[in-house]
Parts: sequence; C-alpha cells; structure tokens
Amino acid sequence: MILDGKCPTGPIEKTWDKHRFDLKLVNPANKRKYTVIMVGTGLAGGAAAASLGELGYNVMAFCYQDSPRRAHSIAAQGGINAAKAYPNDGDSIYRLFYDTIKGGDFRAREADVWRLAQVSNNIIDQCVAQGVPFARDYAGYLDNRSFGGAQVSRTFYARGQTGQQLLLGAYSALSRQIKAGTVKMYNRREMLDLVVVDGVAKGITCRNLITGELESYAADAVCLATGGYVNVFYLSTNAMGCSVTANWKAYKKGAFFANPCYTQIHPTCIPQAGDYQSKLTLMSESLRNDGRCWVPKKKEDLGKHPNEIAEEDRDYYLERKYPSFGNLAPRDIASRAAKEQCDDGRGVGPGGRGVYLDFSTAIKRVGENTIKERYGNLFEMYEKITDENAYKRPMRMYPAPHYSMGGLWVDYNLMSNIPGLFVLGEANFSVHGANRLGASALMQGLADGYFVIPYTIGGYLATVKPGTVTTENPEFKKSVEDVKNYRDKLLSINGKKTVSEFMRELGGLMWENCGMARSKESLEENLKKIPALREEFWKNVKVTGAGADLNQDLENAGRTADFLEFGELLCRDAHHRNESCGGHFRVEFQTSDGEAQRDDENYCYVGAWEFKGAGKDPELHKEPLRFENVHLAVRSYK
Amino acid sequence: MSDHKTMTLTLNVWRQKGPNDPGKFETYTAKGITEHHSFLEMIDVVNEDLIKSGKEPIVFDHDCREGICGMCSQVINGVPHGGQERTTVCQLHMRKFKDGDTIFIEPWRATAFPIIKDLVVDRSAYDTIIQAGGYTSCHTGGVPDGNALLIPKPDADYAMDAAECIGCGACAAACPNSSAMLFTSAKVAQLAALPQGKPEAAKRVTAMVDAMKECGFGNCSNHYECQAACPKGINVKFIAKLNREYLKAQFK
Amino acid sequence: MQLFKSAVGRKILMAITGQLMVLFVIVHLLGNSSIFIGPNGINAYAEHLHSLGPLVWVFRLAMLAFVLVHAIYGIQVSIENSTANSAKYAINTKLKRNFASENMIWTGVLLIIFIIGHISHFTLRITPDVAAFAGQVPGNVFGMVTTSFSNGIIAFVYVVAMLVLCLHLFHGIQSFFQTMGWNSDKSLPVISQVGRVLAVVFLVGYSSIPLFILAGIIK
Repeated sequence: MILDGKCPTGPIEKTWDKHRFDLKLVNPANKRKYTVIMVGTGLAGGAAAASLGELGYNVMAFCYQDSPRRAHSIAAQGGINAAKAYPNDGDSIYRLFYDTIKGGDFRAREADVWRLAQVSNNIIDQCVAQGVPFARDYAGYLDNRSFGGAQVSRTFYARGQTGQQLLLGAYSALSRQIKAGTVKMYNRREMLDLVVVDGVAKGITCRNLITGELESYAADAVCLATGGYVNVFYLSTNAMGCSVTANWKAYKKGAFFANPCYTQIHPTCIPQAGDYQSKLTLMSESLRNDGRCWVPKKKEDLGKHPNEIAEEDRDYYLERKYPSFGNLAPRDIASRAAKEQCDDGRGVGPGGRGVYLDFSTAIKRVGENTIKERYGNLFEMYEKITDENAYKRPMRMYPAPHYSMGGLWVDYNLMSNIPGLFVLGEANFSVHGANRLGASALMQGLADGYFVIPYTIGGYLATVKPGTVTTENPEFKKSVEDVKNYRDKLLSINGKKTVSEFMRELGGLMWENCGMARSKESLEENLKKIPALREEFWKNVKVTGAGADLNQDLENAGRTADFLEFGELLCRDAHHRNESCGGHFRVEFQTSDGEAQRDDENYCYVGAWEFKGAGKDPELHKEPLRFENVHLAVRSYK
Repeated sequence: MSDHKTMTLTLNVWRQKGPNDPGKFETYTAKGITEHHSFLEMIDVVNEDLIKSGKEPIVFDHDCREGICGMCSQVINGVPHGGQERTTVCQLHMRKFKDGDTIFIEPWRATAFPIIKDLVVDRSAYDTIIQAGGYTSCHTGGVPDGNALLIPKPDADYAMDAAECIGCGACAAACPNSSAMLFTSAKVAQLAALPQGKPEAAKRVTAMVDAMKECGFGNCSNHYECQAACPKGINVKFIAKLNREYLKAQFK
Repeated sequence: MQLFKSAVGRKILMAITGQLMVLFVIVHLLGNSSIFIGPNGINAYAEHLHSLGPLVWVFRLAMLAFVLVHAIYGIQVSIENSTANSAKYAINTKLKRNFASENMIWTGVLLIIFIIGHISHFTLRITPDVAAFAGQVPGNVFGMVTTSFSNGIIAFVYVVAMLVLCLHLFHGIQSFFQTMGWNSDKSLPVISQVGRVLAVVFLVGYSSIPLFILAGIIK
C-alpha cells in the first residue's frame, strides 16, 4: 500500500496556515462533550494535555512515573532551537527548515518540518510566559548558543537543564488545568493495550502500578506521547522506565511502525565502566562548542596520561575530517567518527572505547570560570561518575544510544493510520528523518503539544460523535482479559534467568549487530538470534511477585517481552533499507571516504510496517518522500 | 573491564509490604561491588540475587539515573540521598563507602509521604502544592515575544537557581518537622523573581502555603536541614524570600 | 486573617513576639547590670521604674501578651510538626540542626516555668527567702537580690535557667531574621553567628550576677 501523509500542497510557506484554516473546528460549547486520552506527560504529552484542557476538552492524562514532572524530557541538557534570529546571524524559518531536512539526511517530510520551524518561535515565547528561566545577557535579552549541524546560533538554553525547565513549564501549565478540573491526572499507570472499536481508537487498558489492577478508560480520541525506544539497546541514555510498550501495543492493534531503524547514537556519553552498568549518561552536545575531540595519533601513547601526549601527537579527528563544522559536526557523523578511531585501535580508557573531549584550549582562551559558568553542572556530574576532574584532564567520551527518530507512522495531522489514534513527540516518526539535530527534540515535543495537536485533533473530533463508546463495550472487556492472561503467563513461567539477563542479552545483540554500523550479515544474525532469545524468554524467564501488587519485576518483564519482539522489527527494517542515511549506517553502503551513501532512487520513502499477526512477517508500506523545496543532495559537513 | 578490588557490604533495608504493614528492616549482603557501581546499581545486584532465589526484590523508585528526574528517594544512614553534597542517590557512587560497611536504607519518612511499599512513597502532595498556584496563568498561544519583557541576568540567574529543584522530596524527608518549605519556596521565589510571575505573586504564595499545610507538612523552624540534604543545593534564602512574599501579600 | 492560622503567618507572629522579648532581655540585662555599681545603682534603677506608674503596667501587659502569643503558637506548631513527622529514622544523622534548634519547644516550656518562678520570686516576693524584703522594695532591691543569690541552690537554678535561655536564643535570634525574610544567603551565616554570640553574652551577663554574689564579690 502506498501511504498518504495528507500533506497540504502549494507554496511551503503557506502550507500550515492554509491547513489550519481548512481544518474543521469544534464549537467551544461542544468541546466539553469530548474526552481525550493522553498517554505520557513529557514535553509533548504534558503540553498537549494542558493545551487541550485549556481549550475545554475533557482530558485524561496518564504516566508511569509518580508525577508528570519526571518524564524523561527532563534529562535534555543543551537547549531548544528556534528561528528567532536574535543574534542577527542570518537565521530564518527557512534556514531552520533547511538545516533540519538536511540534518535528517533527506528522510523527513518537507511540510511537517516546515511547520516545526514555523512554530518554533511561538514555543520560546510560550515558555518565557510560563516563567522558564532561559539564559539572558546583562541587558536582559535572551541568550543563544550554537549546536551541532547548524552554522547559526539559534539554541535557547537554561544552564545545562533546558529539558528540565521546559518540562517544568509544561508541568505547571498541566497543573493549572488539573486544578481547574479540565485534566484528570492518572499517575503510576502503564498503558498495556489500545482498545480499537470498529477500526477506531476508543480507549486504553492500563495497569495501575500501585495496586496491579487493570483499568479501562474510554475516550473519543487517544494520543500517545510515550517517547522513544532506544532502551532496546539495554544501555542507553534513556530513563530506566522508557520502553516501546505503549507504541508496540498500538502497533499490534494495527498502527504502522515507521522507520524503526533510525536510531540516534549520541557522540558524547560517559563510557561504560563495567558489566553491571544499568545506564549511560549523556554529556550535552553543547560541550562540543568548547571541547575538542581527539585521540592519540600513535598507539604507543595510549597508556599515557592525556596531558603528557604532545600536541602534535594528537589527532583532532573531527577538525581534520570536517574542517568547516569541526567539532560541531552532526551527531551521527561525530559518533561514527569516534567509533572509527576506536576501531582503529586508538580509543582511550577501559576497553579502548573512548575518545577525549578536551577543554584545555577553551580554558586557556576564556578562563576556567567562564567554562565553569557554561558547563559547571556537567563537569560536576562527570566527576561524580568517573571520579576525574575535567578541568584538569580531558573527559573521556563514547557514543551511546540516545534517541529514536523512528516511531509510529502519522499523517500531517499527527494521526496514525488508525482513526482516532494520534502520536506526538518522539513516539512518532515525523520530522527528524534519519537523524535528529541537537536541540530539536525539545522543539518537536513542544511544537506537537502546544501548537499542532490542539488544531489537528479538533479537525478529527469535529467528524465524530462524542461519547459513543464506553468501557462497557465488549472490546474493553476483551482487552482487559487479554492483558490479564498475558500477565499471568509471564508470572507462571518461573524459569531460571532473570528479566534483566534477557534484556542485557538483547541489548548486546542490538548494539553489536544493529548499532552504529550494520551489515546484511550482522542483521541476519540478529534476525535469527532474537526470535530464539524470545522463545527462551517465554520458557525460562523468572518473574517474582504477584500480579495484583506493586511489582517492578513484572513491569520490567512486560517491557522486555515487547523489546524482544520490537528488536526484530528494528533489525528487519535496517535489513531492508539497503542504503546508509543518518543514524542508519550500513557498512556496505559508504563512500570511499567512509561517509553514508544514500540511495535516493530506491529508498527515498518512509518505511512503515504493519503487524500481520504473531509468527507472521510484517508487511511493509511505503510513503514516498518528495523534495520540492530542498534539493536532494549529498549531505556534506566538510 | 571490571575492577579487581571489590567490596562486601551489609545492607539493612526497610521492607514493608504495603501502606498498612508495620514494616521492618531486613539484612542483606551485597557482594562483588566495585567503586564504580552507583548506589542503585549496587541494589540491582542484590535484587538479582533475590529474584534468583525466588524472593521479591527490594522495590524502590528510580528512573533517569542521572540525577535530574527526582524519582529516586532513599534515606541512607539517616540522610536523604546519602549525604554527598548536591547528589541524588542514583548519582551516589560506591567509592564513597568502604569494604565491610553496614548501611541502613530507609524510605522518605513524613506523614504527608505515606509509604506505598518498601522504599517507595507517595509524593503526590508535592503535585498538590504546585497545583495550588505554582504556575503563571498564561494561555497557550497569545503571549508576547520572549524579548518583550527584559529580564536582567541576575534576576534570570536567581530564578534559575530556584528552578533547579527536582521535586524529589528530600527536603521534607530531611526536615525534623517534615516541612515542605524549601520545595514550596523554590517555586514561589522563581516566579516572584520574574516579571511574568509577579501579577499573581500574592495569590500564589498564600495558596501554596495553605496547600502545604493541608497536605500535612509541618512548619518551618529554620533548621536548614533541607538545604544540606537537597541534591540540587537549593538555598534556604528562597524560604526567606517566601516569607517576605507572604508578608507582602498580607498587605495587598 | 491568614496571619493567625497559616504555617508562615504564625511563624511570623512568633518571630516578632520573640524578638520583642529579646529586646526586653537586653534592656533587663542592662538594668540588672546596675548592681555592679553597688546598692545605690540598682536601687535607684528600681525606684525609677516604679515611678513610671501606669506605664509599667502597660509594659507588663504587653509582655504578657507576647509571651502568650509566642507560647501558644509555639505549642501549636510543635504539635503539628510532630504529627507531620510521626515516624523517625533508625539512624539519626544531623546535618545542620543542633541540640538548640531541635529543643526549642522544651527550652521554651522551661523558660515559661522560669518566668513564673522568677516573677513570684523577685516581683511578688512570695518565696520565704525574700518575703522579709516585701516592705522594703523598691528601696532595697540590692539587699533582696544579694540575700537570695547567696543561697547556692537559688543561684544554681537561676544560672541553669539562663543556660536554657541561651539555648533558646542560640537558635531563636537568627531564626527571627530568616522568618521575617530579613536576610540573604550572604548575611545568613553572619546573622547566625551574631545571634549565637548574643545568646552567650546573655548567659554570661545574667549568670555573672548570682556568681559574683556567691563568690562574695558583690555584697
């Protein structure tokens, strides 16, 4: 099937304005008759729930944490992009649009990206009005910094905690609506099924994580803002609770999963220290504004203290390979470059998996205090984890899974192929193509939540009658029954291996064979090994405790079971895509100097997978991508 | 990759089946711990052993494990988050402990934070305090340009210092009166320092202080235990600021 | 009005009344110190006070009101605080709090007992040691005080009470500035130190009188 993104046509500058006008409206008096479910309350979900509640809809919002303020959007450090062009350095909506399309290696929809760039400016204004304490200069104006993949300074930031501050802004707006009674908040709930009635999304089944009770909620539309899936690699920068579960349950109810193979490996994370490690910690990309990446030129220098290695014996590989962008090369490129150096046997630190990120030049130039002011909290965090003082010796860094560009397929209105199911933020696939630029995730989450879904969901709701389905509908009963059986099965296996042993094993397979570099062989190996591991899981996993209780072992088991299915789909997608683009790097497809080689003739499309039943191969649907404003070109940062 | 030196520690962990269970300490041994383990990874190790022997693992809240989400909440040897300055439990590393140490691990204890299970408590009271007024009543869309109101850097920095609060609950857990003043004041001070927050400042401070009391938190008696325990080092000067704002609000 | 009910309002009232009492403690110490000048010093001071007539009563009633407000709210918030913090940790680690800050309610209760005793003693003169001076005051305050404090037990109780006062103000003075919001992160440590020094000055100042009498320096 050829998918249609339903993008508006005509001059790109007018598309969103025209579309907004064309969308049907719901009369203010009628809005309160509609109920909307919001799963996930991070930047996208929190902003959307608050905005929809304010418009007058009845919103039920769900999150697995104990408070909406804890969503993993909070961990974003560096900043948020907007085309304000305050520094007078030549930025514009068009340039942000262009950079994002190019940064995504020409695998995103033009209209969606244009809209993102257009509303980016409103986001900054909105956040300022909420009291987000963005960095300012002494005159009181908003300050900007530069970020990877752009040659202008368009990143707004709040120290190293931009994500936290934006999330707290959205959370405060949400709190205001909860107080006003337009949003009902359900904390510590995990969505375990999507309820589809006559082909239309009408509700969800949740597990109350405190009591273990299975609960049904019905609504006129369901929104998923459930984040990304890179915990499929086990070790990632995601929070421990981040999972593919909500998206995967929707996929199994018929929603298409688009481009799962586009995963972002962030270049600057603290290298793994041991096998027991539970997660990796990211160090903001903004560090590359002042930090220089290098490895020793000579292998015999590897054992030396970095400060003892002479300047001429250091290989500043990013500056060497990409002179115009230097240390600010986009993430996928910087990550692969780091891997290349380590594969060449010149990696530093334990296991030779690390490169230096050196601030000594910057400290000499602007002084230690300025560096402390810019990145103090990051240096502090680095020291806590590694016990090393980065003012005195360079940081050690290694790439780590960080973000998923792929996600559930949505049209221009953010609605999936299931009517009534909307997908927001990282959970959808829409704007980042094959690689996301730094400081764009926050922008997308808030754009979707504040400025897109409030319009587009109205266009859908105006076409349906409110409140037609309640939880009395047999589909809800069946869903609860299915979830209960699934849960009981997990609890009854009582095998020998723990859930985390399986998850580590899956993560190892994904990282080795489907990580920064993928090949036909490595992917085929995974396509054999993952189903075998899954089979073993369902025979030999040990899950303790009861179903009707707070049971974290059971929660992890459910999430792992879904990753064991999803990992295979990710590899399948990577296997089918015979090209390299953005975060998807197939070793067979590279230029002579090791850069990603796209195949626009055959793969310039969105690959969306349809679930066809357990044990059956999923079916691939394609949405061709057309580039009318930005010309398909080899992406060069040299 | 792992270190040669490992530690063995004795853990006395608070286990409580549910809100109505009296709860008690159970003793566990953590073996093979290196100085690079984080505190939570050390508990992961213990939990893996418990699961393998068919016992229920220790339940504890945690999520981002990089010190920002505010989910983790353990009192280690009587100190919320373990006593390393400006550090959450998830960022506390075992190099701060010695081989053979005995460690007591307890949940936050405050009447307003009822225990749910083991080390997990219900912190929804903090949400209730924010809902009482911890926001500016701006509408989505229809706001002026971000540079329309200039905010001098010292004010923006002051607001940011307050806004660093992660809402973990350590302040109330550390307070001998279980007062939530540091948490409440951080939000009040942040918004009172910014022009966007000023119009509602008086209403906000009285509503939030009342909500704090209704939630069952105690009164601040200036022990400053909160600041010492706060993983973000939120300063008690914000409590003084709240008090000023409160007094000002009485004359409005 | 919220000031009388809310968590912060009541603390503000406690802070203000507490601080007014600290002012009294300062004035009282200065007045008492006139004993070092000799019998004429303190006797003249006492007579001067008595000559103020109704003003003394206004002052006494005001002090009574301060004590009542401070004590009633103190008891009320302490009960609330212990309800708010019903379960204790197995290990009691102190980060910033200290013996003085933790025991404000108990030092407060002891001070009330002391104040009642002190007034019965030197103002109402109902205790046997000073009953003989009932007719001579304000003429012979000096005689009353020296006679009374020559009794080691009375002097000891008085010094202990001053220690309790010191503990109460050790925390209380800086607490006033924090509760009123009259400080900053920079001035707070300074105010704390000054408050503590002042508390010790009170201890030394007040205690010196009975100790000097016992030692026979004042006679």
